[in-house]
Amino acid sequence: MKRAALSGAGLVLALVILSPYLVMVFTALKPESELRVTPPRLLPVRWQPANFAAVLADPEFLTWLRVSLVVALASTVIVVVAATPAAYYTARYRFPGRSAFLLLVLVTQMFSPTALVVGLYRQFFALDLVNTYAALILTNAAFNLAFAIWILRAFFASIPREIEEAAAVDGCGRLRALVRVVLPLSLPAMVTVVIFSFIAAWNEYVVALTLMTDPSRKPLTVGITSYVTAYVQHWNHLFTASLIAIVPVVVLFALIERHLVGGLTAGSVK
Amino acid sequence: MRRRGSSRWQALLWLGPSLALIAAVVAYPVGALVSASLSRYSITGFHQGWAGMGNYRRLLEQAALPTVVATTAVWVTAVVGVTIVISLALAQLLNERFPGRRLVRWALIVPWAASLIMTAKLFVWIYDYYFGILNHVLVSLGLVAAPVDWLGDDATVMGAMVAVGIFVSLPFTTYVLLAGLQAIPGEVYEAARVDGASGWRRYRSITLPLLRPALLVATVLNVIYVFNSFPIVWTLNDRNPGFGHDTMITYMYKIAFKSALRDVGLAAALGVINVLVILLAVLVYLSTVSWREAEA
Repeated sequence: MKRAALSGAGLVLALVILSPYLVMVFTALKPESELRVTPPRLLPVRWQPANFAAVLADPEFLTWLRVSLVVALASTVIVVVAATPAAYYTARYRFPGRSAFLLLVLVTQMFSPTALVVGLYRQFFALDLVNTYAALILTNAAFNLAFAIWILRAFFASIPREIEEAAAVDGCGRLRALVRVVLPLSLPAMVTVVIFSFIAAWNEYVVALTLMTDPSRKPLTVGITSYVTAYVQHWNHLFTASLIAIVPVVVLFALIERHLVGGLTAGSVK
Repeated sequence: MRRRGSSRWQALLWLGPSLALIAAVVAYPVGALVSASLSRYSITGFHQGWAGMGNYRRLLEQAALPTVVATTAVWVTAVVGVTIVISLALAQLLNERFPGRRLVRWALIVPWAASLIMTAKLFVWIYDYYFGILNHVLVSLGLVAAPVDWLGDDATVMGAMVAVGIFVSLPFTTYVLLAGLQAIPGEVYEAARVDGASGWRRYRSITLPLLRPALLVATVLNVIYVFNSFPIVWTLNDRNPGFGHDTMITYMYKIAFKSALRDVGLAAALGVINVLVILLAVLVYLSTVSWREAEA
């Protein structure tokens, strides 16, 4: 049976992809004493789900979690507020500079903040914004803007103009037509944008590592590395904390997986 | 609704927030980077005057530079090349209908959605010389005679990093190629079947040529992503002194922010080179995808 063979291959593949994360789960459930044993065991002897309670009660972890939430939520709000009007206007109107604007957006998408991190640091150092939320939030927002504009623009363009024209006859202005008529129809695209921007900011590492040196301003990606250093090796807590950070975003990601390619390969689809 | 007469000013109003954000956090740091590359700094990071092309000259004199450039070339070529080949197979599999396909798609999402730094730390643990599960499995299966110090041995660290790079690049690449496969109309295959073409022949003479645009997009975007990649090399190469296994990105970061070096001007000069490399890849992307079509 061809289908059975395919299912078997698929199952093996899924297992191979997930196996490193299974190591993460089982290590997260081990007591400290079982981490450094030879030969290493995959499964814990004594399962210790209390690691999750311990990490969730760790005031440092809660600080990192709060910073990550603040940065991810605030940058997502900025992305939506900045991208929506731009996406709508470029979807509906032809105007001088439109191509230049879209090209600019496309180019920003290609530039991860990593390549610019020395420049970003110089900038925020000069503006005295190192260790501020503002710096990290704005950087995340700027680099997630392009994805949002592509996704929203494609969706707006697919909404028939007649719907807005009817609203215009009713005396709605352009902005009100957008807010009252177009946005409610665009919920699926909006959800994709919100989830993508949130996760991208939630996972961002290099800018946070560079800008946020104050321990009370470190997000999860930077903070959790202090569970394993040259001096302490709490691998179980590192992975417990990682799972708390990873599981929710995997679920969110699964909701938007079908729409991702369109936003990430902008300009190439069609 | 007025469509024609929309003026520049009106456009500026609607695009304003986006333009402001791009100007403040993309354009400004590019300017700051270029200006830093032409400046002299104290070790504490204060501007001490202009250096002209001095930083670029010093960069070329760095003993580590040839190694770093070679490492970068190997890193990008190996990760992107192998990723594309494996992803072609994965996309082909996911393009078929079979029970459990959803499960595979969900599994594939995990390395994509998970934070790269957390996945990198996970592999540091898996690769661990004494306590890592990989050595245990390989020794038990008799595939290696003795445990390998994957991340500490100069002979294995690059391969270990490339493997993780491939692992995290597979999801995006597979999804792009899958979208490409799904865009191929079924009738094309019907015709080939009628002509009696075999499976492999159909793949070579129909699927691959029609998949060319998706392959190009996946390749160029991956080149950019992998070149830019930071957390994997930063984390897995952490224990090794010197710059023997650094890419142009992690080398730049070490020059700029590792306390012993702290040479902002030199790092910025390399940063400018990195930006130019990416810009080159972006130009390739733009010329291959004819992005203007998306405007319609």
